[in-house]
Amino acid sequence: MTNTTCYHCGDQCGKQHVRFDERDFCCNGCKTVYEIFTTNGLSTFYDIEARAGTTPNAIEGKYNFLDNLEIMEKLVEFDEGGVQVVNLGIPSIHCSSCIWVLENLNRLHKGISSSQVDFPKKTIRVAYRTDTISLKALVLLLGSIGYEPNISLESYNKKQAGVDRSLIYKLGVAGFAFGNVMLLSFPEYFEVEEFWLDQYKPVFRWLMFAFSVPVVLYAGKDYFISAYKGLHSKLLNIDVPIALGILTLFLRSTADIMFDLGSGFFDSLTGLVFFLLLGKFFQQKTYAYLSFERDYKSYFPIAVTRLKENGVEENVQIYKVKTGDHILVRNQEIIPVDCSLVNGIAEIDYSFVTGESRPVTKEPGEKMFAGGKQLGGVLEVEVLKSVSQSYLTQLWANSVFSKDKASQFQTITDSIGKRFTIAVLTIATLATVYWLIYDASMALNVFTAVLIIACPCAIALAAPFTLGNMLRIFGKYGFYLKNTNTLERLAKINMVIFDKTGTLTTTHRDTILYEGMELTEEETALLKTTLRASNHPLSRSLYDILKSNEIMTLDEFQEHTGKGIEGRVKDHSMKVGSAAYVGKQGSMTTSNTAVYISSDAHIKGKFVFKNAYRDGVGQLFGELAQRMQLGILSGDNDGERQQLQHLLAADAEMLFNQKPEDKLNHIKKKQEHHNVLMVGDGLNDAGALAQSDVGVAVSENINVFSPACDAILDASQLNKLPRLIKLSKKSMRIIKLSFLLSLAYNLVGLYFAVTGQLQPVIAAILMPLSSISIVAFTTLGTNWVGKQLK
Amino acid sequence: MSVIYVLLAISISVALAFFAAFLFSVKSGQYDDTYTPSVRMLFEDEIVSHQDDTDSKSKSSQTKSTNQ
Repeated sequence: MTNTTCYHCGDQCGKQHVRFDERDFCCNGCKTVYEIFTTNGLSTFYDIEARAGTTPNAIEGKYNFLDNLEIMEKLVEFDEGGVQVVNLGIPSIHCSSCIWVLENLNRLHKGISSSQVDFPKKTIRVAYRTDTISLKALVLLLGSIGYEPNISLESYNKKQAGVDRSLIYKLGVAGFAFGNVMLLSFPEYFEVEEFWLDQYKPVFRWLMFAFSVPVVLYAGKDYFISAYKGLHSKLLNIDVPIALGILTLFLRSTADIMFDLGSGFFDSLTGLVFFLLLGKFFQQKTYAYLSFERDYKSYFPIAVTRLKENGVEENVQIYKVKTGDHILVRNQEIIPVDCSLVNGIAEIDYSFVTGESRPVTKEPGEKMFAGGKQLGGVLEVEVLKSVSQSYLTQLWANSVFSKDKASQFQTITDSIGKRFTIAVLTIATLATVYWLIYDASMALNVFTAVLIIACPCAIALAAPFTLGNMLRIFGKYGFYLKNTNTLERLAKINMVIFDKTGTLTTTHRDTILYEGMELTEEETALLKTTLRASNHPLSRSLYDILKSNEIMTLDEFQEHTGKGIEGRVKDHSMKVGSAAYVGKQGSMTTSNTAVYISSDAHIKGKFVFKNAYRDGVGQLFGELAQRMQLGILSGDNDGERQQLQHLLAADAEMLFNQKPEDKLNHIKKKQEHHNVLMVGDGLNDAGALAQSDVGVAVSENINVFSPACDAILDASQLNKLPRLIKLSKKSMRIIKLSFLLSLAYNLVGLYFAVTGQLQPVIAAILMPLSSISIVAFTTLGTNWVGKQLK
Repeated sequence: MSVIYVLLAISISVALAFFAAFLFSVKSGQYDDTYTPSVRMLFEDEIVSHQDDTDSKSKSSQTKSTNQ
């Protein structure tokens, strides 16, 4: 039975192995989902993809706030005539089976009239009749089959943002016009001297003109706006020569057909805009299901249960919670405000905040910070500060969160664009002056021809295609960048600063060391037996590492929550717990979590729990240190300074006990001389991530948690970081090579332009040819370079 | 009137009709999610077989056998 996997979720069937309907299940939760599916005719779920299910979590009571009318109204998109439509984000959507079962929700409940999944965004849109099912019942139904929706404070504040489809429209307009103009200008290319064609030339030309007008005025308007903005702030960005090219093409062509000088360049014009927009479209690749803008709102609950003075519970919106209120925090709920514990046993997991997942025990009267997650029973707490005033949430008041890094950074295209514009204008002027002297009638022709042929279409395409493709390659290896601008900034990094807990260490494994007197075999057996009875996570980890096979029957067992456990066999007793509990005097401030052992009232020693570093951290530092400076910025104490110093280069700076604001300020200071890459994971790193040139959030499960950042890195890929940085540098080299290539095309074109021989057909060939060869070059180049990641 | 005007009018109106169809498809959200429909269309159509119980078993066993 050791190798059986769960029929529903595919996990190993461990202790809670369940046999049902001749199938194996890892737990009762999975079995229940299977039952629901099979009894409702949804067993096809298992045919589409095997073992694709998700284990449901217990969520009873968690969504009581959905009964609150005001909150519910904020969440639903449409509410009229007894029908409501709601759009819910479900992080656990991951395969085609999920799509299938979620789109057949109406078989589970007749109140649901339709449901539609958006797989890339991991959302589901459900329409249901309110007389048969409420929003709360719907959410609980989804939860019961393992698709618990993510309803956070963010969904409450979210404005109904419309989808921006303007780029697709523009691309459509440009493509439509490009195709038609190409066909219409065909007869002109071959210069057939046919009476019939000559007679209708003006018709064809004015039709082309008609098709080009929307391209210039609508599809290409962004280039004019951007060029105007650039000039306004005295910047020559790449859009200036582009806008100039589009405008010259259009005016010159219109003049040509008006005075019957030629056929104009409408084909080149529409083609140019079409290719440029295609580049933009390609660059737009985003990971719809990943959010790079998250702040604490994405993790905090919408509502809490407030205790009135007469002991009655009520659900209130979280912003309405005031200092002095008493609120309830249930198992797996996040503490939304700074508060002090009144009642209950608090086991707080601060992993959202610090990355440290080992729970902290609090006793009544102790202060607790917002952002911690309660594991265990229900707590009653007294609110000390409102949500926005709490220790953690205050960080978001810093102006760094409203800054846009991308707008402050000059991209490689823009810096080239500046020199390019100057060069083009110089050439155009020189050529015009030359022709003014020798043949004044050609001067205007040459001037416009230079501007047309020099329009940097290929240059403008090089960066979007290289970076867009690189983004895709990075995504395949678990490194998700927010946009192409991030990739350019990544290439300039020369200092890397790491957070420690949760970033360099993993939350999955512990290193447990024993310090103290050696335990006898009998004592070890007794210790293991005692631990066996406890459900505390520390007891569990300790139980797993003890090498004793002898399990005795305890005569007595006591668990003192928050302190420790005690077991007795015959006349031997064993106490396991905190220093104070076992009677250790003058408990010094240890830097690590430790569990003390006493046997028959003699203190034996302690087990020290240390976070295990991720695999390959030493190698990661080694590779990075060759090319850039490293640093550590940790919110923890300096208990592991020695160990880290050993891993890092000798001159690496290490700072401990850093508050979120300290981290932010430290990065700011370093930025005076360096381009800083910050690697962090918790909400306490959010300020540093926002301030740094590139902020990378390391996440063990990319769908679940990451603070606002520029990029999300799958934790298992952390050791690939040096190679990823190297690749970003190589991408920049590819872009520079493409610039050279497109410059060569431009020089050929300029020859025709300056000598006054530019025919529309030459422009019509040169423009798409250069664009396509640049796209081919960058795509092949990035794919070839990307192979090195394997 | 020359026949070319008629031809041009026809060709352009056909082109415009397709263009309008494109605009409609974008507007109705068909370009918002380009992945899910590709999966959805591959699902076996067995919703009908489960709605009436009498022949559900025979049909669902058929679908299963075609799946394997």
